[in-house]
Amino acid sequence: MRTPAYVKGKLGWIERVHGSFRNPESLAYGGDGMPAQPLYMVGFRQTDLWQTRYSEKPSDTLYVDLYEHWLEGVPST
Amino acid sequence: MGGRPNDAPLNLAEHTPADWEVLVDAVSVALGARGLRTTDELRRAMEDMPADDYLALSYYERWARGTEQLLVEKGVLTRDEIDRKMAELEPTWDVS
Repeated sequence: MRTPAYVKGKLGWIERVHGSFRNPESLAYGGDGMPAQPLYMVGFRQTDLWQTRYSEKPSDTLYVDLYEHWLEGVPST
Repeated sequence: MGGRPNDAPLNLAEHTPADWEVLVDAVSVALGARGLRTTDELRRAMEDMPADDYLALSYYERWARGTEQLLVEKGVLTRDEIDRKMAELEPTWDVS
């Protein structure tokens, strides 16, 4: 799994679907990267990531591109 | 990957790459052009190193170590060859 540590376990939302791309976990070891994996642009609230250390606007958002198999579903609210 | 959050202020100073850093980049790109290194492989090689080492090294020091790791893995160079060449070149450096 290749994600910034500060988004692990944090709640975000799917902002956009980029399409499917070769799996970097396979490419990283000289593999062919198949099957391709869906890649999403995922939004996180900066205040959710940094809590009170983030002193700018509460609506500020960080977008990270993450593969589907690195995401965990949560029940919709 | 990346750093660890702390309370230190961000260092936003511009940094002119040193000659050796430009060289590390060039070698890495040249190896890529020869099919000996992909971006995903280099990232994995860098991010697999022990966290304390990763955090202690500068950006291009990580590239250099990752590149060395990949070349040894792929049998292009051996650690002995690299160490021998390093020992040979060390006296020519203007550093201890």
